[in-house]
Amino acid sequence: MLYRSHIMVCGGTGCTSSDSDKVAERFTEEIKKAGLNKEVLVVRTGCFGLCELGPVVVVYPEGIFYSRVKPEYVPEIVEEHLLKGRPVKKYVYGESIEEKAIKPLEETPFFRKQRRIALRNCGIINPEDIREAIAFDGYKALAKVLTQMTPEEVIEEVKKSGLRGRGGGGFPTGVKWEFAYKQKETPKYVVCNADEGDPGAFMDRSILEGDPHSVLEAMEIAGYAIGANHGYIYVRAEYPLAVKRLKIAIEQAREYGLLGKNIFGTGFDFDIEIRLGAGAFVCGEETALLNSVMGRRGEPRPRPPFPAVKGVWDKPTIINNVETFANIPPIILNGAEWFSSIGTEKSKGTKVFALTGKVNNTGLIEVPMGTTLREIIYEIGGGIPNGKKFKAAQTGGPSGGCIPAEHLDIPIDYDSLINIGSMMGSGGLIVMDEDTCMVNMAKFFLEFTVDESCGKCAPCRIGTKRMLEILDKITSGKGEEGDIEKLEKLAKTIKATALCGLGQTAPNPVLSTIRYFRDEYEAHIKEKRCPAGVCQALLRFYIDPEKCKACGICAKNCPVNAISGKPKTPYVIDQDICIKCGTCIEKCPFGAIYKK
Amino acid sequence: MATVMEKSGEEKLIEKFGKEKVEKFKKALEDLKSMPGSLIAVMNQAQEIFGYLPIEVQLYISKEMNVPLTEVFGIATFYSRFTLKPSGKYKINLCMGTACYVKGAAMVLEKIKEKLGIQVGEATPDGKFSLEPTRCLGACGLAPVMMINGEVFGRLTPDDVDEILSKFE
Repeated sequence: MLYRSHIMVCGGTGCTSSDSDKVAERFTEEIKKAGLNKEVLVVRTGCFGLCELGPVVVVYPEGIFYSRVKPEYVPEIVEEHLLKGRPVKKYVYGESIEEKAIKPLEETPFFRKQRRIALRNCGIINPEDIREAIAFDGYKALAKVLTQMTPEEVIEEVKKSGLRGRGGGGFPTGVKWEFAYKQKETPKYVVCNADEGDPGAFMDRSILEGDPHSVLEAMEIAGYAIGANHGYIYVRAEYPLAVKRLKIAIEQAREYGLLGKNIFGTGFDFDIEIRLGAGAFVCGEETALLNSVMGRRGEPRPRPPFPAVKGVWDKPTIINNVETFANIPPIILNGAEWFSSIGTEKSKGTKVFALTGKVNNTGLIEVPMGTTLREIIYEIGGGIPNGKKFKAAQTGGPSGGCIPAEHLDIPIDYDSLINIGSMMGSGGLIVMDEDTCMVNMAKFFLEFTVDESCGKCAPCRIGTKRMLEILDKITSGKGEEGDIEKLEKLAKTIKATALCGLGQTAPNPVLSTIRYFRDEYEAHIKEKRCPAGVCQALLRFYIDPEKCKACGICAKNCPVNAISGKPKTPYVIDQDICIKCGTCIEKCPFGAIYKK
Repeated sequence: MATVMEKSGEEKLIEKFGKEKVEKFKKALEDLKSMPGSLIAVMNQAQEIFGYLPIEVQLYISKEMNVPLTEVFGIATFYSRFTLKPSGKYKINLCMGTACYVKGAAMVLEKIKEKLGIQVGEATPDGKFSLEPTRCLGACGLAPVMMINGEVFGRLTPDDVDEILSKFE
């Protein structure tokens, strides 16, 4: 059946969390009531990317973008927009409104600079219906590979495209496939790493939720290329929606003969099994992941042997990340040259970033490699909220580092990020403004790695713990001369001696904050002052005599009676008694209390 | 002299969790058992069905799967999803991912701890609430976020805590 309008309601985790289910139900109801159910179709899609404005709804063919839609807005949208053809301006995303017209979604600042390859179908198709995936070229690349290409040609094409692993390491994907292809041992395996553990990154989940078939298809292509007939998707159990959609996708693909035995009648067999992770960051490291796939503790082991030689059940295995796989079908369909024409010299194609933190448009974006941080934060991201100043952006999560304002104009790719002491990582991009304390931030990441260290090797298990103790000391006002140097020495040793990627990169957040914000560390240590006003132990609370109305509310609420005063004269805080709990700031009706 | 027959692992489980849950788990176990490397999958099922993995459950899995108890225990303590203690009736999962942290999740955490009088990883004495921070729920656009028994609350401030918790009676 053909419909004149499509209502796309985002069904990603972000929007579902803000009740997009109810919005979709209400649309279905109201459309039926208006008698439009043969003309208008409601589609639950994957993530659009603009999570900040969820739940989001896009009406096609116009491409009108409604943001933060509440179920009670729906009758009006149906009545005005669908029946009368007048988009309801007050609910439309503000950035798309121009004086006389409403711009379609693709022309808003958030989308204009983006180029969607890995996310090509997210927000456009219903991920729970394989027919929609097929209509958007799903499994076409697989057909091409199986009927027109030899495994060698597939590997050559991927190599020529310049695609590098999107999970963090940036290893050339085609080269990895070639290693596994050359192994004589059989059977071989294809593993998809969907154990997205980096806090603040959710691109893999969005792809699995929004376009699961692209990943299945790519795994089959990889299987054909290296000579494997079995694949595992290792996905976090914390992603229930992604797991559910993967299961549906696998079932449907089997039903359509696109997965399983004798695919496309070519005699090629490939099947895929889901393995659930159980919450361990280290399992993103490939050798740890292999152990977990086999049902063991997810502890890493030394390499070599590399997984391409000895992987799952000691057989040749390739492990690629979700986003890497999502890039494969377009490369096969459009050719290596097309793909390598996008991006920079050594980093081809696009990269998906989860843009979060102190930025106006948080969400998921995909930009060509080489886009600058300034473009990402100020154009796509819409700048920093409340007119605050940009301080730094963190990439690469707990393994990465921060990028200060002086490097805002560096084109982002694998190598430029390494040069400035950070790394691409899986693509978390967290923006921090002047209210963020960099020492505290380094401590946050180190707490994470200490917590997630598997304990197998001493440098990571003991070393990171010692570093955290020093940071604790510094942020609680007990820092001493020489602490920074101690941190640096420990960091270097851990980097050089830890067993796996987790340990080797754990000191990065500390090293990069010392490199760019050494003065903040020094202020904490020498002056016992936290310039950003974050570290509680270093703060002092003051009452502004100009603003104080001597009402006494602060004194009444102070749990330790540190505040005293008389009617008509400003109150004062006794610094020796104050425990810096912050109650007085919360209670003061006149905003007269401040900390610094 | 007749010795009292010791209860089997299954009987102990039924005593603790009731027949229905045990049967459900047995079925899941049967489905997964033959698959190579399915220990984590089995334990995920157990965690979901029983809510936690007390020693009785671990012993039962060890016996049925024919793997040493040390291995089961090793996995139970390695992965954060597995818990050895029961959760509260309402499980508070406050996100401590980076995006939430930058936007003040630590302040919300303090407020919850103060309000419930418990520390991270504990349950209130009446078993009503338990506090289990998690790493990134992936709803970073709504930061800071928490989830109570699957229901998500976003854009939190410490002031929201009282009202949200009072909804769960």
